[in-house]
Amino acid sequence: MLAYTAPTSVEEAVRALAGASGTAKVLSGGTDLLVQLRSGRLKADLIVDTKRIPGLAGIRQEGGGFVVGAATSGAEIGEHEGLGEAWPGIVEAANLIGSTQIQGRATLAGNLCNASPAADSVPALIAARATCVIAGSNGRREVPVEAIATGPGRTSLRPDEFIVEFRLPKRPARSADAYLRFIPRTEMDIAVVGAGVNLAVDPAGVCTEARLVLGAVAPTAVIVSAAEAALVGRKLDETALGALDKAARAACKPIDDKRGTIAYRVKVAGVLARRAATIAYKRAGERR
Amino acid sequence: MSKHHVTTTINGEATEFLCEPQLTMLDVLRDELHLTGSKEGCSSGDCGACSITVDGRLVCSCLMLAVEAEGRKIETIEGMAKGDQLHPLQRQFLEQAALQCGFCTPGILIAAKALLDRNPDPNETEIRYWLAGNLCRCTGYDKIVRAVVDAAAEMRGASA
Repeated sequence: MLAYTAPTSVEEAVRALAGASGTAKVLSGGTDLLVQLRSGRLKADLIVDTKRIPGLAGIRQEGGGFVVGAATSGAEIGEHEGLGEAWPGIVEAANLIGSTQIQGRATLAGNLCNASPAADSVPALIAARATCVIAGSNGRREVPVEAIATGPGRTSLRPDEFIVEFRLPKRPARSADAYLRFIPRTEMDIAVVGAGVNLAVDPAGVCTEARLVLGAVAPTAVIVSAAEAALVGRKLDETALGALDKAARAACKPIDDKRGTIAYRVKVAGVLARRAATIAYKRAGERR
Repeated sequence: MSKHHVTTTINGEATEFLCEPQLTMLDVLRDELHLTGSKEGCSSGDCGACSITVDGRLVCSCLMLAVEAEGRKIETIEGMAKGDQLHPLQRQFLEQAALQCGFCTPGILIAAKALLDRNPDPNETEIRYWLAGNLCRCTGYDKIVRAVVDAAAEMRGASA
């Protein structure tokens, strides 16, 4: 039988998770969790709702970077001016998830811990070198976002742990990010491929840092390590974009499904990588 | 199984109910409180027929547990008209025949109202994207979008 608790502190939430008999699930927006519970795909004995914990929802600036509470809704993320200016790629990725109604509830922590290979916000967060702060019985630990999802529907979190907040680093000068996804419609669909790019340029427009992360082309988001070599030390010319495209395609290990074949996904990954890099490059160049 | 005692505000009225933890807000609205204007379409957050606002935020009531309503302010379609006075959106939907079977209509009205509360002068693209989570399988969307545009103009005129 399902039980529900809405703790009002991180410690209380950890105690509830650690003390649960059976399966405890963390509820933030619930836009994935409730569907899975209702369909019977997921069985839970205890729901731990994190939204009553002070600070779990909300965005603040700290040390030049941003801290986004784990239970902050997509709508709040989209409405925050400073965050959208500093991290437009993360905001556009988070805001691509579902409808206006879904945005009213869906959260970064939920998107990450649902561990769908096609999660939109995850490639953008990883490209940004975002970390998450995890609370558990042994205290808190901070890990890179890419350390969380280990496969479709699976995470590295222990049963007594949950994500408290995301930390976005301070932005270097002339740096920006972008996220693009491809879906067959214009709204309300799951990524065939997603591509997040974060890069920095020098005053002459030469890339000094670059990170490309792809979604929906492997069991978890893929960091395209060869993308750095493709872009760094170059302006974003056709040579650089060609090398990026090739690196993106080489990193894909997708499946065939109703949304796209393997060959199609690989091709689209290269195209989206180019386009996302072009947007991020333009944004970075416009910054002082 | 222990039931939760929930105190909340629905359409401006203090409301209490008892519910089991697995029940959604939509379950309680319809089956417990008999506010049956919110509809169950897909139960997975795709169709928007169950749209309500919670503390002013548009959500699917099928994707929210009823226990989460504690202390929140909820608005449903039942609170949209003031007595006999229809909301301009409701009137425009009737005048422009922006519905056929009507199943999606409460959700679309609530979603459209949430848009106009934020943006009194949305363009057609903004309306279409905002309402992308509200599916209508009868009329097509043109009449719906036109009704929203005209209601918005009417409301701007009324507040000018």
